[in-house]
Amino acid sequence: MKILVPVKRVVDYNVKVRVKSDGTGVETTNVKMSMNPFDEIAVEEAVRLKEAGVATEIVAVSIGVTQVQETLRTALAIGADRAIHVQTDLETQPLGVAKALKALVDKEQPGLVILGKQAIDDDANQTGQMLAALLGWSQATFASKVKVEGETVTVTREIDGGLETLALKLPAIVTTDLRLNEPRYVTLPNIMKAKKKPLDTVTPDALGVDFAPRLKTLKVSEPAKRGAGKQVGSVAELVEKLKNEAKAI
Amino acid sequence: MGILVIAEHDNARLKAATLNTIAAATKIGGDITVLVAGQGAADVAKAAAAVAGVAKVLVADDAAYRDQLAENLSALIVKLAAGYTHVMAPATAFGKNLLPRVAALLDVAQISEIVAVQSADTFVRPIYAGNALATVQSADPIKVITVRSTGFDAAASTGGSAAVENVAAEADSGLSRLVGQELTKSARPELTAARIIVSGGRGMGSGENFALLEALADKLGAAVGASRAAVDAGFVPNDYQVGQTGKIVAPELYIAVGISGAIQHLAGMKDSKVIVAINKDAEAPITQVADYWLVADLFQAVPELTAALG
Ligand SMILES: Cc1cc2nc3c(=O)[nH]c(=O)nc-3n(C[C@H](O)[C@H](O)[C@H](O)COP(=O)(O)OP(=O)(O)OC[C@H]3O[C@@H](n4cnc5c(N)ncnc54)[C@H](O)[C@@H]3O)c2cc1C
Ligand SMILES: Nc1ncnc2c1ncn2[C@@H]1O[C@H](COP(=O)(O)O)[C@@H](O)[C@H]1O
Repeated sequence: MKILVPVKRVVDYNVKVRVKSDGTGVETTNVKMSMNPFDEIAVEEAVRLKEAGVATEIVAVSIGVTQVQETLRTALAIGADRAIHVQTDLETQPLGVAKALKALVDKEQPGLVILGKQAIDDDANQTGQMLAALLGWSQATFASKVKVEGETVTVTREIDGGLETLALKLPAIVTTDLRLNEPRYVTLPNIMKAKKKPLDTVTPDALGVDFAPRLKTLKVSEPAKRGAGKQVGSVAELVEKLKNEAKAI
Repeated sequence: MGILVIAEHDNARLKAATLNTIAAATKIGGDITVLVAGQGAADVAKAAAAVAGVAKVLVADDAAYRDQLAENLSALIVKLAAGYTHVMAPATAFGKNLLPRVAALLDVAQISEIVAVQSADTFVRPIYAGNALATVQSADPIKVITVRSTGFDAAASTGGSAAVENVAAEADSGLSRLVGQELTKSARPELTAARIIVSGGRGMGSGENFALLEALADKLGAAVGASRAAVDAGFVPNDYQVGQTGKIVAPELYIAVGISGAIQHLAGMKDSKVIVAINKDAEAPITQVADYWLVADLFQAVPELTAALG
Protein backbone atom coordinates (compact mmCIF):
# COMPACT_ATOMS: atom_id res chain seq x y z
CA MET A 1 0.00 0.00 0.00
CA LYS A 2 1.19 3.46 -0.89
CA ILE A 3 0.73 6.31 1.63
CA LEU A 4 0.52 9.96 0.67
CA VAL A 5 1.50 12.51 3.32
CA PRO A 6 0.81 16.22 2.69
CA VAL A 7 3.17 18.46 4.69
CA LYS A 8 2.94 22.22 5.15
CA ARG A 9 5.71 24.69 5.86
CA VAL A 10 4.64 27.01 8.65
CA VAL A 11 6.09 29.50 11.13
CA ASP A 12 7.83 27.41 13.81
CA TYR A 13 5.61 26.69 16.79
CA ASN A 14 8.05 28.33 19.21
CA VAL A 15 7.83 31.69 17.45
CA LYS A 16 5.48 34.25 18.92
CA VAL A 17 4.21 35.84 15.73
CA ARG A 18 3.82 39.59 15.37
CA VAL A 19 1.05 41.28 13.44
CA LYS A 20 2.35 43.62 10.72
CA SER A 21 1.70 47.26 11.46
CA ASP A 22 -0.22 47.74 8.21
CA GLY A 23 -2.68 45.01 9.21
CA THR A 24 -2.10 42.87 6.12
CA GLY A 25 -0.83 39.78 7.89
CA VAL A 26 1.82 38.57 10.30
CA GLU A 27 5.55 39.14 10.07
CA THR A 28 7.20 36.19 8.31
CA THR A 29 10.49 37.66 7.10
CA ASN A 30 13.47 36.35 9.04
CA VAL A 31 11.16 34.13 11.06
CA LYS A 32 12.06 30.48 11.62
CA MET A 33 9.94 28.15 9.48
CA SER A 34 9.40 24.44 10.14
CA MET A 35 7.21 21.56 9.16
CA ASN A 36 3.74 21.83 10.73
CA PRO A 37 4.07 19.71 13.91
CA PHE A 38 1.00 17.61 13.09
CA ASP A 39 2.52 16.79 9.70
CA GLU A 40 5.71 15.55 11.34
CA ILE A 41 3.48 13.18 13.28
CA ALA A 42 1.81 12.16 10.00
CA VAL A 43 5.14 11.38 8.32
CA GLU A 44 6.29 9.46 11.40
CA GLU A 45 3.11 7.37 11.40
CA ALA A 46 3.55 6.55 7.71
CA VAL A 47 7.16 5.53 8.32
CA ARG A 48 6.10 3.29 11.21
CA LEU A 49 3.49 1.65 8.96
CA LYS A 50 6.23 1.03 6.41
CA GLU A 51 8.54 -0.39 9.06
CA ALA A 52 5.70 -2.68 10.14
CA GLY A 53 5.40 -3.97 6.57
CA VAL A 54 1.97 -2.41 5.98
CA ALA A 55 3.07 0.40 3.67
CA THR A 56 5.30 -0.09 0.66
CA GLU A 57 5.98 3.50 -0.38
CA ILE A 58 5.58 6.94 1.22
CA VAL A 59 5.09 9.99 -0.95
CA ALA A 60 5.34 13.42 0.72
CA VAL A 61 3.57 16.36 -0.93
CA SER A 62 3.79 20.07 -0.27
CA ILE A 63 2.06 22.94 -1.99
CA GLY A 64 3.57 26.39 -1.95
CA VAL A 65 6.63 28.50 -2.69
CA THR A 66 10.02 27.07 -3.69
CA GLN A 67 11.16 26.93 -0.04
CA VAL A 68 8.60 24.22 0.80
CA GLN A 69 11.16 21.91 -0.80
CA GLU A 70 13.12 22.22 2.48
CA THR A 71 10.09 20.85 4.32
CA LEU A 72 9.88 18.02 1.80
CA ARG A 73 13.55 17.22 2.43
CA THR A 74 12.76 16.95 6.12
CA ALA A 75 9.95 14.50 5.32
CA LEU A 76 12.41 12.51 3.20
CA ALA A 77 14.90 12.54 6.08
CA ILE A 78 12.28 11.17 8.47
CA GLY A 79 11.73 8.34 5.99
CA ALA A 80 9.47 9.28 3.06
CA ASP A 81 10.62 7.69 -0.21
CA ARG A 82 9.95 10.52 -2.65
CA ALA A 83 8.41 13.94 -2.75
CA ILE A 84 6.18 16.08 -4.94
CA HIS A 85 6.24 19.86 -4.83
CA VAL A 86 3.25 21.71 -6.26
CA GLN A 87 4.63 25.14 -7.05
CA THR A 88 2.57 28.24 -6.31
CA ASP A 89 3.31 31.66 -4.87
CA LEU A 90 -0.30 32.21 -3.89
CA GLU A 91 -1.49 31.82 -0.31
CA THR A 92 -2.78 28.24 -0.06
CA GLN A 93 -6.27 27.73 1.35
CA PRO A 94 -7.73 24.35 2.36
CA LEU A 95 -10.16 23.90 -0.56
CA GLY A 96 -7.48 24.60 -3.18
CA VAL A 97 -5.02 22.34 -1.37
CA ALA A 98 -7.62 19.57 -1.17
CA LYS A 99 -8.28 19.86 -4.92
CA ALA A 100 -4.58 19.63 -5.72
CA LEU A 101 -4.25 16.64 -3.41
CA LYS A 102 -7.22 14.99 -5.08
CA ALA A 103 -5.53 15.33 -8.47
CA LEU A 104 -2.39 13.73 -7.02
CA VAL A 105 -4.37 10.95 -5.36
CA ASP A 106 -6.07 10.19 -8.70
CA LYS A 107 -2.61 9.81 -10.21
CA GLU A 108 -0.77 8.06 -7.38
CA GLN A 109 -3.60 5.83 -6.13
CA PRO A 110 -2.52 5.62 -2.46
CA GLY A 111 -4.44 3.42 -0.04
CA LEU A 112 -4.16 5.94 2.75
CA VAL A 113 -3.57 9.69 3.01
CA ILE A 114 -2.35 10.88 6.41
CA LEU A 115 -2.57 14.63 7.05
CA GLY A 116 -2.12 16.82 10.09
CA LYS A 117 -5.37 17.72 11.82
CA GLN A 118 -4.59 21.39 11.52
CA ALA A 119 -1.95 23.74 10.24
CA ILE A 120 -0.78 25.93 13.13
CA ASP A 121 -0.72 29.08 10.97
CA ASP A 122 -4.28 29.26 9.61
CA ASP A 123 -5.63 26.93 12.36
CA ALA A 124 -8.22 25.84 9.75
CA ASN A 125 -8.54 22.13 10.50
CA GLN A 126 -10.21 21.44 7.15
CA THR A 127 -7.99 19.98 4.46
CA GLY A 128 -8.24 16.28 5.33
CA GLN A 129 -12.02 16.36 5.64
CA MET A 130 -12.29 18.27 2.35
CA LEU A 131 -10.04 15.80 0.55
CA ALA A 132 -12.15 12.92 1.89
CA ALA A 133 -15.27 14.64 0.54
CA LEU A 134 -13.79 15.27 -2.91
CA LEU A 135 -12.65 11.65 -3.17
CA GLY A 136 -15.81 10.18 -1.66
CA TRP A 137 -13.61 8.37 0.89
CA SER A 138 -14.12 7.69 4.57
CA GLN A 139 -12.37 9.88 7.13
CA ALA A 140 -11.03 9.61 10.66
CA THR A 141 -9.89 12.93 12.08
CA PHE A 142 -7.86 13.61 15.27
CA ALA A 143 -6.32 10.16 15.35
CA SER A 144 -4.43 8.93 18.41
CA LYS A 145 -4.09 5.31 17.21
CA VAL A 146 -4.06 3.81 13.72
CA LYS A 147 -4.17 0.13 12.85
CA VAL A 148 -4.35 -1.26 9.32
CA GLU A 149 -5.68 -4.79 8.83
CA GLY A 150 -6.61 -6.07 5.39
CA GLU A 151 -9.14 -3.73 3.79
CA THR A 152 -9.86 -1.84 7.00
CA VAL A 153 -8.15 0.84 9.02
CA THR A 154 -9.21 1.11 12.65
CA VAL A 155 -8.65 4.54 14.14
CA THR A 156 -9.02 5.80 17.70
CA ARG A 157 -10.00 9.48 17.66
CA GLU A 158 -9.76 12.17 20.30
CA ILE A 159 -13.21 13.70 20.73
CA ASP A 160 -14.54 16.23 23.23
CA GLY A 161 -15.79 13.67 25.75
CA GLY A 162 -12.93 11.20 25.49
CA LEU A 163 -12.06 8.71 22.76
CA GLU A 164 -13.93 6.91 20.01
CA THR A 165 -12.88 4.16 17.64
CA LEU A 166 -13.97 3.97 14.00
CA ALA A 167 -13.44 1.25 11.43
CA LEU A 168 -12.97 2.69 7.94
CA LYS A 169 -13.02 1.01 4.59
CA LEU A 170 -9.76 1.61 2.70
CA PRO A 171 -8.80 3.77 0.89
CA ALA A 172 -9.26 6.37 3.61
CA ILE A 173 -8.18 9.70 5.04
CA VAL A 174 -6.64 9.99 8.50
CA THR A 175 -5.70 13.24 10.26
CA THR A 176 -3.27 13.17 13.17
CA ASP A 177 -3.61 14.40 16.73
CA LEU A 178 -0.69 15.09 19.04
CA ARG A 179 -0.65 11.82 20.90
CA LEU A 180 -0.54 9.54 17.85
CA ASN A 181 3.24 9.20 18.15
CA GLU A 182 6.42 11.06 18.97
CA PRO A 183 8.35 11.82 15.78
CA ARG A 184 11.94 10.62 15.66
CA TYR A 185 14.87 13.01 15.45
CA VAL A 186 16.31 13.26 11.98
CA THR A 187 19.89 12.11 11.94
CA LEU A 188 22.69 13.55 9.83
CA PRO A 189 23.10 10.39 7.72
CA ASN A 190 19.38 10.47 6.97
CA ILE A 191 19.56 14.14 6.00
CA MET A 192 22.36 13.23 3.59
CA LYS A 193 20.35 10.32 2.19
CA ALA A 194 17.30 12.57 1.80
CA LYS A 195 19.25 14.81 -0.58
CA LYS A 196 19.45 11.96 -3.07
CA LYS A 197 15.80 10.96 -2.93
CA PRO A 198 13.58 12.04 -5.87
CA LEU A 199 11.71 15.35 -5.59
CA ASP A 200 9.48 16.32 -8.52
CA THR A 201 7.94 19.71 -9.09
CA VAL A 202 4.56 20.10 -10.79
CA THR A 203 2.54 23.19 -11.69
CA PRO A 204 -1.06 23.82 -10.61
CA ASP A 205 -1.94 23.95 -14.34
CA ALA A 206 -0.68 20.42 -14.84
CA LEU A 207 -3.03 19.32 -12.06
CA GLY A 208 -5.87 21.46 -13.36
CA VAL A 209 -6.35 23.36 -10.08
CA ASP A 210 -6.75 27.00 -9.29
CA PHE A 211 -5.32 28.31 -6.00
CA ALA A 212 -7.02 31.71 -6.17
CA PRO A 213 -8.09 32.28 -2.53
CA ARG A 214 -11.84 31.92 -1.89
CA LEU A 215 -11.72 33.80 1.36
CA LYS A 216 -10.46 37.34 1.26
CA THR A 217 -8.56 38.52 4.31
CA LEU A 218 -9.63 42.12 4.83
CA LYS A 219 -7.53 42.77 7.89
CA VAL A 220 -5.26 41.09 10.42
CA SER A 221 -5.16 42.68 13.86
CA GLU A 222 -3.75 42.04 17.28
CA PRO A 223 -6.02 40.56 19.90
CA ALA A 224 -6.91 42.75 22.87
CA LYS A 225 -4.15 42.79 25.46
CA ARG A 226 -4.95 41.78 29.01
CA GLY A 227 -4.48 44.41 31.70
CA ALA A 228 -1.37 44.10 33.84
CA GLY A 229 -1.83 41.68 36.71
CA LYS A 230 -0.18 41.63 40.09
CA GLN A 231 1.72 39.24 42.25
CA VAL A 232 0.10 38.35 45.57
CA GLY A 233 2.17 37.50 48.61
CA SER A 234 0.09 34.78 50.22
CA VAL A 235 -2.86 32.48 49.82
CA ALA A 236 -4.82 34.73 52.20
CA GLU A 237 -4.18 37.74 49.98
CA LEU A 238 -5.19 35.77 46.90
CA VAL A 239 -8.50 34.78 48.49
CA GLU A 240 -9.13 38.36 49.60
CA LYS A 241 -8.46 39.73 46.09
CA LEU A 242 -10.62 37.10 44.42
CA LYS A 243 -13.48 37.86 46.79
CA ASN A 244 -13.35 41.62 47.04
CA GLU A 245 -11.51 42.94 44.00
CA ALA A 246 -12.24 40.48 41.20
CA LYS A 247 -15.50 39.24 42.75
CA ALA A 248 -14.76 35.90 41.09
CA ILE A 249 -15.58 33.67 44.07
CA MET B 1 -31.77 34.73 4.18
CA GLY B 2 -32.00 31.33 5.86
CA ILE B 3 -29.49 29.78 8.21
CA LEU B 4 -29.16 26.07 8.84
CA VAL B 5 -27.61 25.25 12.24
CA ILE B 6 -26.46 21.67 12.75
CA ALA B 7 -27.36 20.52 16.26
CA GLU B 8 -24.69 18.73 18.26
CA HIS B 9 -26.20 16.03 20.44
CA ASP B 10 -25.90 12.43 21.61
CA ASN B 11 -29.47 11.46 20.67
CA ALA B 12 -30.52 12.24 24.25
CA ARG B 13 -29.41 15.81 24.92
CA LEU B 14 -28.74 18.92 22.90
CA LYS B 15 -25.11 19.93 23.53
CA ALA B 16 -24.64 23.39 24.99
CA ALA B 17 -22.31 24.57 22.21
CA THR B 18 -25.29 24.48 19.83
CA LEU B 19 -26.78 27.38 21.79
CA ASN B 20 -23.72 29.55 21.16
CA THR B 21 -23.90 28.67 17.47
CA ILE B 22 -27.55 29.72 17.37
CA ALA B 23 -26.51 32.99 19.04
CA ALA B 24 -23.96 33.58 16.28
CA ALA B 25 -26.65 32.81 13.68
CA THR B 26 -28.92 35.38 15.32
CA LYS B 27 -26.16 37.98 14.88
CA ILE B 28 -26.13 37.26 11.12
CA GLY B 29 -29.91 37.60 10.96
CA GLY B 30 -32.53 35.66 9.01
CA ASP B 31 -34.66 32.61 9.72
CA ILE B 32 -32.88 29.98 11.76
CA THR B 33 -33.53 26.29 11.11
CA VAL B 34 -31.92 23.65 13.31
CA LEU B 35 -31.18 20.21 11.91
CA VAL B 36 -31.34 17.30 14.35
CA ALA B 37 -29.98 14.23 12.58
CA GLY B 38 -29.89 11.18 14.80
CA GLN B 39 -31.80 8.15 15.89
CA GLY B 40 -34.55 8.36 18.46
CA ALA B 41 -33.57 11.95 19.21
CA ALA B 42 -37.05 13.32 19.84
CA ASP B 43 -35.97 14.94 23.11
CA VAL B 44 -33.19 16.76 21.30
CA ALA B 45 -35.65 18.06 18.70
CA LYS B 46 -37.93 19.24 21.49
CA ALA B 47 -35.05 21.03 23.20
CA ALA B 48 -34.00 22.66 19.92
CA ALA B 49 -37.55 23.84 19.21
CA ALA B 50 -37.63 25.59 22.57
CA VAL B 51 -34.48 27.65 21.95
CA ALA B 52 -35.16 31.36 21.55
CA GLY B 53 -34.80 32.53 17.95
CA VAL B 54 -35.26 29.16 16.25
CA ALA B 55 -37.94 29.23 13.53
CA LYS B 56 -37.95 25.59 12.49
CA VAL B 57 -36.46 22.24 13.48
CA LEU B 58 -35.77 19.55 10.89
CA VAL B 59 -35.51 16.00 12.15
CA ALA B 60 -33.78 13.25 10.19
CA ASP B 61 -34.33 10.05 12.14
CA ASP B 62 -32.34 7.10 10.85
CA ALA B 63 -29.87 4.47 12.04
CA ALA B 64 -27.35 6.03 9.62
CA TYR B 65 -27.22 9.14 11.84
CA ARG B 66 -27.05 7.43 15.23
CA ASP B 67 -23.28 7.70 15.55
CA GLN B 68 -22.93 11.11 13.89
CA LEU B 69 -20.58 9.81 11.19
CA ALA B 70 -19.38 12.64 8.95
CA GLU B 71 -19.82 10.61 5.74
CA ASN B 72 -23.55 10.14 6.34
CA LEU B 73 -24.33 13.52 7.88
CA SER B 74 -22.55 15.47 5.15
CA ALA B 75 -24.59 13.77 2.42
CA LEU B 76 -27.80 14.80 4.19
CA ILE B 77 -26.71 18.37 4.86
CA VAL B 78 -25.55 18.95 1.30
CA LYS B 79 -28.97 17.87 0.09
CA LEU B 80 -30.65 20.38 2.43
CA ALA B 81 -28.13 23.20 2.04
CA ALA B 82 -29.42 24.54 -1.28
CA GLY B 83 -32.21 26.35 0.55
CA TYR B 84 -29.89 28.30 2.87
CA THR B 85 -27.33 31.10 2.74
CA HIS B 86 -25.40 29.83 5.78
CA VAL B 87 -24.68 26.42 7.28
CA MET B 88 -23.29 26.58 10.82
CA ALA B 89 -22.10 24.22 13.55
CA PRO B 90 -20.13 24.52 16.79
CA ALA B 91 -16.33 24.49 16.44
CA THR B 92 -16.13 21.33 18.57
CA ALA B 93 -14.63 17.98 17.61
CA PHE B 94 -18.06 17.25 16.09
CA GLY B 95 -18.39 20.40 13.99
CA LYS B 96 -14.74 20.45 12.94
CA ASN B 97 -15.00 16.90 11.71
CA LEU B 98 -18.18 17.51 9.75
CA LEU B 99 -18.36 20.98 8.20
CA PRO B 100 -15.24 20.95 6.00
CA ARG B 101 -16.67 17.83 4.37
CA VAL B 102 -19.94 19.67 3.75
CA ALA B 103 -18.13 22.72 2.36
CA ALA B 104 -16.02 20.71 -0.08
CA LEU B 105 -19.10 18.89 -1.39
CA LEU B 106 -20.70 22.29 -1.98
CA ASP B 107 -17.45 23.56 -3.56
CA VAL B 108 -17.22 26.46 -1.12
CA ALA B 109 -14.62 27.53 1.41
CA GLN B 110 -15.21 26.79 5.06
CA ILE B 111 -14.74 29.48 7.68
CA SER B 112 -13.37 28.00 10.91
CA GLU B 113 -13.97 29.05 14.49
CA ILE B 114 -15.45 32.51 14.06
CA VAL B 115 -15.44 34.67 17.19
CA ALA B 116 -17.39 37.63 15.79
CA VAL B 117 -19.87 38.42 13.01
CA GLN B 118 -19.29 41.69 11.14
CA SER B 119 -21.90 41.17 8.43
CA ALA B 120 -23.57 38.32 6.59
CA ASP B 121 -20.36 37.64 4.65
CA THR B 122 -17.61 38.98 6.92
CA PHE B 123 -16.35 37.28 10.07
CA VAL B 124 -13.49 37.48 12.56
CA ARG B 125 -11.45 34.39 13.39
CA PRO B 126 -8.25 33.77 15.34
CA ILE B 127 -5.15 32.52 13.52
CA TYR B 128 -1.66 31.57 14.77
CA ALA B 129 -2.96 30.19 18.08
CA GLY B 130 -4.92 33.34 18.72
CA ASN B 131 -1.90 35.63 18.38
CA ALA B 132 -3.69 37.40 15.52
CA LEU B 133 -7.29 37.97 14.50
CA ALA B 134 -8.20 37.80 10.82
CA THR B 135 -11.24 39.52 9.37
CA VAL B 136 -12.28 37.41 6.38
CA GLN B 137 -14.87 37.90 3.69
CA SER B 138 -16.48 35.11 1.72
CA ALA B 139 -17.84 35.50 -1.80
CA ASP B 140 -19.31 31.99 -1.84
CA PRO B 141 -23.08 31.57 -2.31
CA ILE B 142 -23.32 29.44 0.85
CA LYS B 143 -21.19 30.27 3.87
CA VAL B 144 -20.18 27.18 5.82
CA ILE B 145 -19.05 28.25 9.28
CA THR B 146 -17.94 26.77 12.58
CA VAL B 147 -18.46 28.90 15.67
CA ARG B 148 -16.17 29.19 18.69
CA SER B 149 -18.47 29.02 21.70
CA THR B 150 -16.48 31.48 23.79
CA GLY B 151 -17.15 34.20 21.18
CA PHE B 152 -20.92 34.24 21.66
CA ASP B 153 -23.16 34.16 24.73
CA ALA B 154 -25.51 31.16 24.55
CA ALA B 155 -29.00 31.67 23.15
CA ALA B 156 -31.72 31.15 25.77
CA SER B 157 -32.78 27.51 25.92
CA THR B 158 -36.39 28.49 26.49
CA GLY B 159 -38.82 30.94 24.94
CA GLY B 160 -38.93 29.49 21.44
CA SER B 161 -41.70 27.40 19.91
CA ALA B 162 -40.39 26.29 16.54
CA ALA B 163 -42.28 23.99 14.20
CA VAL B 164 -40.78 20.49 13.99
CA GLU B 165 -40.69 18.79 10.58
CA ASN B 166 -39.35 15.44 9.47
CA VAL B 167 -36.95 15.13 6.54
CA ALA B 168 -36.06 11.99 4.64
CA ALA B 169 -32.77 10.27 5.33
CA GLU B 170 -30.13 9.58 2.68
CA ALA B 171 -28.72 6.10 2.21
CA ASP B 172 -25.98 4.92 4.59
CA SER B 173 -22.61 5.45 2.85
CA GLY B 174 -21.27 2.23 4.35
CA LEU B 175 -17.80 3.82 4.41
CA SER B 176 -17.23 3.85 8.13
CA ARG B 177 -18.57 2.37 11.33
CA LEU B 178 -18.35 3.22 15.02
CA VAL B 179 -16.59 0.47 16.94
CA GLY B 180 -16.85 1.99 20.40
CA GLN B 181 -16.45 5.00 22.65
CA GLU B 182 -14.60 5.56 25.90
CA LEU B 183 -16.11 8.64 27.42
CA THR B 184 -14.65 10.22 30.53
CA LYS B 185 -17.20 10.10 33.31
CA SER B 186 -17.22 12.96 35.73
CA ALA B 187 -19.68 14.50 38.13
CA ARG B 188 -18.02 17.86 37.53
CA PRO B 189 -19.23 20.52 35.09
CA GLU B 190 -18.05 20.17 31.48
CA LEU B 191 -14.88 22.14 30.79
CA THR B 192 -16.39 24.28 28.07
CA ALA B 193 -19.46 25.13 30.14
CA ALA B 194 -17.84 25.63 33.56
CA ARG B 195 -17.90 28.96 35.41
CA ILE B 196 -14.64 28.15 37.15
CA ILE B 197 -11.79 25.91 35.94
CA VAL B 198 -8.85 24.62 37.96
CA SER B 199 -6.12 23.39 35.60
CA GLY B 200 -2.97 21.47 36.36
CA GLY B 201 0.27 21.15 34.41
CA ARG B 202 3.47 19.18 34.47
CA GLY B 203 4.20 20.72 37.86
CA MET B 204 1.54 18.45 39.38
CA GLY B 205 4.06 15.64 39.12
CA SER B 206 1.60 12.75 38.90
CA GLY B 207 -1.99 11.76 38.29
CA GLU B 208 -2.48 11.05 42.00
CA ASN B 209 -1.54 14.61 42.83
CA PHE B 210 -4.49 15.84 40.76
CA ALA B 211 -6.53 14.89 43.85
CA LEU B 212 -5.31 18.22 45.28
CA LEU B 213 -6.95 20.04 42.38
CA GLU B 214 -10.10 17.94 42.62
CA ALA B 215 -10.49 18.96 46.26
CA LEU B 216 -10.10 22.61 45.30
CA ALA B 217 -12.50 22.17 42.38
CA ASP B 218 -15.07 20.59 44.69
CA LYS B 219 -14.97 23.65 46.93
CA LEU B 220 -15.44 25.98 43.95
CA GLY B 221 -17.89 23.89 41.94
CA ALA B 222 -15.23 23.98 39.23
CA ALA B 223 -14.23 21.80 36.31
CA VAL B 224 -10.71 20.37 36.14
CA GLY B 225 -8.51 20.97 33.10
CA ALA B 226 -4.89 20.38 32.18
CA SER B 227 -2.00 21.38 29.97
CA ARG B 228 -0.83 19.14 27.21
CA ALA B 229 2.23 18.19 29.21
CA ALA B 230 0.00 16.83 31.98
CA VAL B 231 -2.06 14.87 29.46
CA ASP B 232 1.00 13.56 27.63
CA ALA B 233 2.48 12.41 30.94
CA GLY B 234 -0.69 10.39 31.47
CA PHE B 235 -1.79 12.33 34.60
CA VAL B 236 -5.29 12.89 33.16
CA PRO B 237 -7.29 11.88 30.04
CA ASN B 238 -6.94 13.74 26.73
CA ASP B 239 -10.28 15.52 26.97
CA TYR B 240 -8.91 17.59 29.89
CA GLN B 241 -6.53 19.43 27.55
CA VAL B 242 -6.95 23.17 27.24
CA GLY B 243 -5.21 24.98 24.39
CA GLN B 244 -4.72 25.63 20.70
CA THR B 245 -5.30 21.99 19.95
CA GLY B 246 -7.42 21.12 22.95
CA LYS B 247 -10.45 22.87 24.31
CA ILE B 248 -10.98 26.61 24.12
CA VAL B 249 -12.40 27.91 27.38
CA ALA B 250 -13.31 31.32 28.79
CA PRO B 251 -14.65 30.84 32.30
CA GLU B 252 -15.19 33.57 34.90
CA LEU B 253 -12.17 32.24 36.78
CA TYR B 254 -9.27 30.11 35.52
CA ILE B 255 -6.73 28.88 38.05
CA ALA B 256 -3.54 27.56 36.41
CA VAL B 257 -1.48 25.42 38.76
CA GLY B 258 2.02 24.27 37.78
CA ILE B 259 1.48 25.42 34.20
CA SER B 260 4.23 27.50 32.57
CA GLY B 261 2.00 29.27 30.05
CA ALA B 262 3.22 28.18 26.61
CA ILE B 263 1.65 30.02 23.62
CA GLN B 264 -0.35 26.90 22.80
CA HIS B 265 -1.84 26.72 26.29
CA LEU B 266 -2.60 30.45 26.46
CA ALA B 267 -4.47 30.12 23.14
CA GLY B 268 -7.07 28.06 24.94
CA MET B 269 -7.66 30.16 28.07
CA LYS B 270 -6.48 33.72 27.69
CA ASP B 271 -10.01 35.01 27.16
CA SER B 272 -10.99 33.90 30.67
CA LYS B 273 -12.37 36.74 32.76
CA VAL B 274 -10.00 36.35 35.72
CA ILE B 275 -6.79 34.32 35.53
CA VAL B 276 -4.86 33.10 38.57
CA ALA B 277 -1.49 31.38 38.38
CA ILE B 278 0.19 29.36 41.07
CA ASN B 279 3.77 28.64 40.07
CA LYS B 280 7.07 28.34 41.87
CA ASP B 281 8.79 30.21 39.04
CA ALA B 282 8.26 33.99 39.27
CA GLU B 283 9.32 34.31 35.63
CA ALA B 284 6.86 31.79 34.16
CA PRO B 285 5.18 33.24 31.03
CA ILE B 286 1.75 32.53 32.55
CA THR B 287 2.30 35.64 34.72
CA GLN B 288 2.00 37.76 31.56
CA VAL B 289 -1.69 36.94 31.25
CA ALA B 290 -2.51 36.34 34.93
CA ASP B 291 -4.52 38.87 36.93
CA TYR B 292 -3.08 37.46 40.15
CA TRP B 293 -0.16 35.17 40.60
CA LEU B 294 1.30 33.51 43.60
CA VAL B 295 4.91 32.38 43.59
CA ALA B 296 4.75 29.27 45.73
CA ASP B 297 5.12 25.52 45.85
CA LEU B 298 1.77 24.21 44.69
CA PHE B 299 1.90 21.32 47.15
CA GLN B 300 1.62 23.86 49.95
CA ALA B 301 -0.42 26.57 48.30
CA VAL B 302 -3.23 24.44 46.85
CA PRO B 303 -4.23 22.67 50.11
CA GLU B 304 -3.96 26.02 51.88
CA LEU B 305 -6.25 27.63 49.32
CA THR B 306 -8.75 24.79 49.57
CA ALA B 307 -8.78 25.16 53.35
CA ALA B 308 -9.10 28.95 53.15
CA LEU B 309 -12.27 28.59 51.10
CA GLY B 310 -13.85 26.98 54.14
C1 LIG C 1 1.51 21.70 17.80
C2 LIG C 1 1.47 21.87 19.28
C3 LIG C 1 0.24 22.01 19.89
C4 LIG C 1 0.16 22.16 21.28
N1 LIG C 1 -1.06 22.30 21.85
C5 LIG C 1 -1.15 22.48 23.19
C6 LIG C 1 -2.41 22.66 23.83
O1 LIG C 1 -3.48 22.63 23.19
N2 LIG C 1 -2.44 22.83 25.17
C7 LIG C 1 -1.28 22.86 25.94
O2 LIG C 1 -1.38 23.05 27.16
N3 LIG C 1 -0.09 22.68 25.35
C8 LIG C 1 0.01 22.48 24.01
N4 LIG C 1 1.24 22.28 23.44
C9 LIG C 1 2.42 22.11 24.34
C10 LIG C 1 3.02 23.40 24.84
O3 LIG C 1 3.93 23.90 23.88
C11 LIG C 1 3.76 23.17 26.17
O4 LIG C 1 4.73 22.17 26.00
C12 LIG C 1 2.84 22.74 27.32
O5 LIG C 1 1.72 23.60 27.41
C13 LIG C 1 3.61 22.78 28.63
O6 LIG C 1 2.80 22.30 29.69
P1 LIG C 1 3.09 22.73 31.19
O7 LIG C 1 2.99 24.19 31.33
O8 LIG C 1 2.23 21.89 32.06
O9 LIG C 1 4.57 22.19 31.43
P2 LIG C 1 5.91 23.00 31.64
O10 LIG C 1 6.15 23.97 30.56
O11 LIG C 1 6.96 21.98 31.91
O12 LIG C 1 5.64 23.85 32.96
C14 LIG C 1 5.51 23.31 34.24
C15 LIG C 1 5.41 24.47 35.22
O13 LIG C 1 5.16 23.97 36.52
C16 LIG C 1 5.89 24.73 37.45
N5 LIG C 1 6.10 23.90 38.64
C17 LIG C 1 6.77 22.73 38.71
N6 LIG C 1 6.72 22.24 39.97
C18 LIG C 1 5.99 23.10 40.70
C19 LIG C 1 5.58 23.15 42.06
N7 LIG C 1 5.91 22.16 42.92
N8 LIG C 1 4.84 24.20 42.48
C20 LIG C 1 4.50 25.19 41.63
N9 LIG C 1 4.86 25.20 40.33
C21 LIG C 1 5.59 24.17 39.87
C22 LIG C 1 7.16 25.10 36.72
O14 LIG C 1 7.75 26.29 37.28
C23 LIG C 1 6.65 25.33 35.30
O15 LIG C 1 6.30 26.70 35.08
C24 LIG C 1 1.34 22.15 22.06
C25 LIG C 1 2.58 22.00 21.43
C26 LIG C 1 2.65 21.85 20.06
C27 LIG C 1 3.97 21.69 19.42
N1 LIG D 1 0.05 23.96 1.45
C1 LIG D 1 -0.03 22.71 1.90
N2 LIG D 1 0.79 21.75 1.43
C2 LIG D 1 0.72 20.48 1.90
N3 LIG D 1 -0.15 20.07 2.83
C3 LIG D 1 -0.99 20.99 3.34
C4 LIG D 1 -0.99 22.34 2.91
N4 LIG D 1 -1.95 22.99 3.60
C5 LIG D 1 -2.53 22.07 4.42
N5 LIG D 1 -1.95 20.86 4.27
C6 LIG D 1 -2.27 19.61 4.98
O1 LIG D 1 -3.56 19.74 5.58
C7 LIG D 1 -3.46 19.68 7.00
C8 LIG D 1 -4.51 20.57 7.65
O2 LIG D 1 -4.33 21.91 7.28
P1 LIG D 1 -5.45 23.03 7.50
O3 LIG D 1 -6.73 22.48 6.98
O4 LIG D 1 -4.95 24.23 6.75
O5 LIG D 1 -5.50 23.28 8.99
C9 LIG D 1 -2.01 20.02 7.30
O6 LIG D 1 -1.62 19.49 8.55
C10 LIG D 1 -1.31 19.36 6.12
O7 LIG D 1 -1.21 17.95 6.31
